[in-house]
Amino acid sequence: MLSVFRSKPKFATVRPKAAKSINGKSRDLSDNLWTRCENCSALIYNKELSKNMYVCHKCGFHFRISAVQRLKYVVDEDSFRSVKPLVSKNPLNFPEYPEKIVQCQADTKLDDAILIGEARINGNAAVVGIIDFSFIGGSMGSVVGEQITRGFERGVVRNLPVIIISGGGGGARMQEGIFSLMQMAKTAQAVGKFRQSGLLYISVLTHPTMGGIYASFASLGDIILAEPQALIGFAGPRIVSETTRQKLPKDFQTSEYALQNGMIDTIVTRVEMKDLLGKLLSFHL
Amino acid sequence: MRTVFEWEQPLVELEEKIQELRNCIYDQEVDFSEELTELERKADKLRKSIYERLTPWQRVRMARHPDRPTTLDYIELVFDDFIELHGDRTFGDDKAVVGGIAIFDQEPVTVIGPQKGKDTKENIARNFGLPHPEGYRKALRLMKQAEHFRRPIITLIDVVGAYPGIEAEQRGQGLVIAECIEQMSFLKVPIICVITGEGGSGGALAIGVGDRILMLEHAWYSVISPEMCANILWKDVERASEAAELLKLTPTDLLKFEIIDDIITEPLGGAHRDYEGIGRQVKAFLRRYLSEIRKISVDQLVEQRLKRFRKIGQFQEKQLVEPKHVKLNSEVDDESGGNNE
Ligand SMILES: [Zn+2]
Repeated sequence: MLSVFRSKPKFATVRPKAAKSINGKSRDLSDNLWTRCENCSALIYNKELSKNMYVCHKCGFHFRISAVQRLKYVVDEDSFRSVKPLVSKNPLNFPEYPEKIVQCQADTKLDDAILIGEARINGNAAVVGIIDFSFIGGSMGSVVGEQITRGFERGVVRNLPVIIISGGGGGARMQEGIFSLMQMAKTAQAVGKFRQSGLLYISVLTHPTMGGIYASFASLGDIILAEPQALIGFAGPRIVSETTRQKLPKDFQTSEYALQNGMIDTIVTRVEMKDLLGKLLSFHL
Repeated sequence: MRTVFEWEQPLVELEEKIQELRNCIYDQEVDFSEELTELERKADKLRKSIYERLTPWQRVRMARHPDRPTTLDYIELVFDDFIELHGDRTFGDDKAVVGGIAIFDQEPVTVIGPQKGKDTKENIARNFGLPHPEGYRKALRLMKQAEHFRRPIITLIDVVGAYPGIEAEQRGQGLVIAECIEQMSFLKVPIICVITGEGGSGGALAIGVGDRILMLEHAWYSVISPEMCANILWKDVERASEAAELLKLTPTDLLKFEIIDDIITEPLGGAHRDYEGIGRQVKAFLRRYLSEIRKISVDQLVEQRLKRFRKIGQFQEKQLVEPKHVKLNSEVDDESGGNNE
């Protein structure tokens, strides 16, 4: 059903175009009322798309959404309380990094690539963190690493389960170099300590969860869920095909592939996500 | 044939001249000893000025020198009675990772590291030292075995990265790296990690969580290779040398950032020029740091290990424009509300 979308390298698909169409600024449509599905090309009435949580009603394609949007679909209304905001420094004095941060902050209204705090899901309290792809590809620098770590620490102190919804392209924040790499260790250790408390950690993988994010906290959930057709893996598909010079399997690194290979627990559509999360939380009281 | 870098060329020429002069003396019994001393003095000076002022990119290339000692060379040079142990007990035996038990200063230790080849044939057998998930699973199995028998772990790190292959992804490359990082963090035995050559991203960190992290003088450690960084920034791998500067991947930078604990100086001109020399150096550093951490109780050791990584990161609290408008009857104690107004 999604073969057209699948056959292309995933990195090249969504991004700015999609972001525009989500905002109703689809280029070829002047009236701003319709969006064309990137997968099946169906024209979808924007109101309907929004009502269906940006999932194509025809083919089930999940559009990329912002962390703020996703939060609305996952937690109870007005239940979210953000943690203390942190902002990035420029530890390597990497050129143009501060400007990039400022730009992303303006575009996304986030301080960095994560939105995190306490919330309720169908009445069940939890620490909820959501990574936003549009902030430097949802990559993990010092701020994301620290906020995730604090999230798990908060879970221990407040006796709350933790849900992290990942969706960051390359995983690492190249501009923070070794500091970015070390966040993998820091967050993995935070999960390890949290584990000792006997509390539940659910990791939700959305498109795309790759690299250093996948190879740290995102892989370490007691339960790992994924949205349909998300790209999940360590090395990017382009690097894999360039290195191996092999034709990649059709469904390579998709949620479905991860499920088949035993790497995730189950696939959940965006529309069903909240109820499943709520149920899982209620099973672990 | 010896690999000579372009920046070594003047030195090599000088060394050849010295050799010629030596041959001359031998053949003709003419006294050139004064000239010889002068030339050797010049060579020493040149050597120092070349190797002490290597650029980050030159260091990366030194780390990749085809004659550079590999993990098995270090095992041979530094340890006694190495017994290699194979397999991950799940899928197979990854030849890109070697591990086993060895004796260090009369005490058994577990030694693990990625293994590169010295020539094409060896490199193909070792998959160029790029591990598959089963390689990391083997490493983890051996680390847990070490914990069970309470012997220290020494990892020798020289890896560009985890192998980006189809089967590697299928078998959970990312997942197994995460598991390695988490579980290594809590092992109740002393762990020393030595970055001997390349410290490439998650593939290196998977066996890089330790109580002391040491790095050879001509080694690098980074979240991304300079080539890949250059490719992302400028779509041009030829600019890797510029990327190497930006990434701050040298031992000096990493010591300053408190990511590593010490730099193991190499024989002048690099480890590949003097195997015995670098072996002695590594041994001396291991001895010093191992005796240091053996004195600490394992519980304390784990606590310190976690603290060490916990504090890594550079960020600041966001300055709120209107501090009076935030807080108020929220459930979160330190809630600010300034995150996404
Ligand atoms: Zn569609």
